[in-house]
Amino acid sequence: MFVSRKSVRVLTSAVAGIAALGMASAATAKVDGDTIILGAAISLTGKYATNGIHAQKGYEFAVKKINDTGGVQVGGKSYKLKVQYYDDESTPARGAQLAERLINQDGIKYMLGPYSSGLTKAIAPVTEKYKIPMVEAEGASRSLFTQGYRYMFAVLSTSEQYLASSIALAGEVAEQKGMKASDVKIAMAFENDPFSLDVRAGVVDDAKKLGMKIVIDDKLPRDLSDMTSTLTKVKALKPDLLVVSGHSKGAATAARQIQELKIDTPMIAMTHCEAADVVGKFGADASEGLLCPTQWAETLSYSDPLMGTAAEYDAAFKKAYPEYTTVPYQTAQATAAVMVWADAFGRAKSTDTEDLRDALASTDMKTFYGGIKFSEAGNNIAKPMVLRQIQDGEYNVVAPSKWASSELRYPRQPKN
Amino acid sequence: MLDNLSLLWQAPIIGVDLLLQGLFIGAIFALVAYGLALVWGVMNVKNLAQGDMVILGGYIAYQATLWGLHPIVALPAAIVLMFGLGWGIYVLIIRRVVDRDMFTSLLATFGLSLLIQQVLNLIYGPEVKVAESGFGSMEIGSFIIIQNVRLYSLLLAGVLAAAIIVFMKRSRMGQAIRATAQDARAARVLGVNTDHVYAFTYALNASICGAAGVLVAMIWVIQPYYGIVYSIRAFIIVTAAGLGNLPGVIIAGFGLGMWENVSGFVFGAEFAVAAVVLMLVFVLMYRLAQSYRVRQVVR
Repeated sequence: MFVSRKSVRVLTSAVAGIAALGMASAATAKVDGDTIILGAAISLTGKYATNGIHAQKGYEFAVKKINDTGGVQVGGKSYKLKVQYYDDESTPARGAQLAERLINQDGIKYMLGPYSSGLTKAIAPVTEKYKIPMVEAEGASRSLFTQGYRYMFAVLSTSEQYLASSIALAGEVAEQKGMKASDVKIAMAFENDPFSLDVRAGVVDDAKKLGMKIVIDDKLPRDLSDMTSTLTKVKALKPDLLVVSGHSKGAATAARQIQELKIDTPMIAMTHCEAADVVGKFGADASEGLLCPTQWAETLSYSDPLMGTAAEYDAAFKKAYPEYTTVPYQTAQATAAVMVWADAFGRAKSTDTEDLRDALASTDMKTFYGGIKFSEAGNNIAKPMVLRQIQDGEYNVVAPSKWASSELRYPRQPKN
Repeated sequence: MLDNLSLLWQAPIIGVDLLLQGLFIGAIFALVAYGLALVWGVMNVKNLAQGDMVILGGYIAYQATLWGLHPIVALPAAIVLMFGLGWGIYVLIIRRVVDRDMFTSLLATFGLSLLIQQVLNLIYGPEVKVAESGFGSMEIGSFIIIQNVRLYSLLLAGVLAAAIIVFMKRSRMGQAIRATAQDARAARVLGVNTDHVYAFTYALNASICGAAGVLVAMIWVIQPYYGIVYSIRAFIIVTAAGLGNLPGVIIAGFGLGMWENVSGFVFGAEFAVAAVVLMLVFVLMYRLAQSYRVRQVVR
């Protein structure tokens, strides 16, 4: 069929017109009557599904609580909150696609973050491009905050803080024993992936500040779950502190092989103890004395008017979702992200994205999850990481001392 | 690196420890590679789902622990179940691609690998799992500590390998498998039911993987997506040993385990796999050089 150039041009402009109309109608959908709609692409299936669902429950719990207590006040008018979800299938490309879809097709103007640093890294460029503010709760990688993003705010502590507190603790213990902090020898085993290397960077920085000596610096390959050659070195060099980070696989491997090879390092800190369920897998005796960092614990003395104390949040969440016996920190921080949005709407007295961005940037609030105040880069600088020690199968907060509920057991005494 | 070498020099006992650990690791790899070499040699199918079958075996052990059983109980169960599954997979999928070109079978087994991963993910979720044996460890001298589960795995792997070798040499089926590997058409002419042989070979491989998987779940951790680790190592071992060289596969398996462990200690854990692949390159270059020498001989 012959098609003239003119008719092609007419057709193109017609299509463009329809698209523009579609965008225009979508642009008003962000506030629907008396409901403010937030958007989130989150991992409901795939390898991050477990934690993705934890986060989603955290969002939902906050939304329900806020709506039950009168909703969000914007310039004298009361709005309900609602979240529109898509499943990103734990793949970054899908996450970025869905963020486009939320913004372009569904007209979402306010975003909540996905689960994991990888997905956040995929979505942040999209929200930046459209100048849509996003409050994220599950992406801790340091590299997220070096890109100069203006519209992204994170409520959690960044990854380089995860194990840094164990370095400070080792220094304190050394001084109590009459040694110098600079006498402490550190062995490090980190998986060779962006998250774990961030954690490592924080440890190296703090060790350098205190003048500690790093005697082992192994980067574990991503694929094989064996640490014997690293642990053989640990046995030979007898460091004072062993730090390990490698997601659930690293924690499970380390906890098991530390027990099997009878590693007697007096202080051992590792990430992801809870996710790997080291107590459940290997028993309280084998995991006795391990130090595990966490973003949040229900025993902390934080509180706010909406959720009450951390312990009250914990109880209320378990009541709403009886299938949970402990509340993961992924859930608590997701709840905090929604609270940050509610607070920003109240202070901005507007639904305009630029006003809201500025309101978010000046957030300074106390919540059950800890203080929340954003740096220029968008990370939360008001909340420290806390360190818990596994004591008789229980996770007890031992550092920083301001929030410690239990004494540190030093040296660790596993019963083999 | 020099620090680590001097450490080895000062305390050679560390070297003994590393080699022993490598031996234990190598035994499992050798077992998996043996199965791969079998299927590759007999059917000319490169089974990309090899590692995923190992992980599947691991989940059988995990399931046993969920029912309150000791994971070692799962070993015979995994052998039997995986044999049946392997036979089923052959009838459904492999039979249709065995005579096609290489890419068809690669694609088919790759698809199978994805399928196994996703099914495991749906049933057990993405978290890492272990099957705790509780065998403990024993100390030899003042430095060497051996995890008993690894020692038992080495012995079990040895027994399994020996049983397979005897089976291949002595039994009727073993002879038929070897005949088919040599020349499938000739075997058919002489009355061997090659379809049956193929099915049996693939099922036997699945059994071997299942058994290896039970050991893996007791020694390391399993997760639906970790199969690739075992696939890659099995391919490296078979490539290094050469096809149709089953004793070579076992030796290469042990060699890989020990070299990986020692180089992990000396160069740092991040270079362990690189060291292994570099070794493979050297082995292949050596073999190439040798084959040139052979060709130059006037016969």
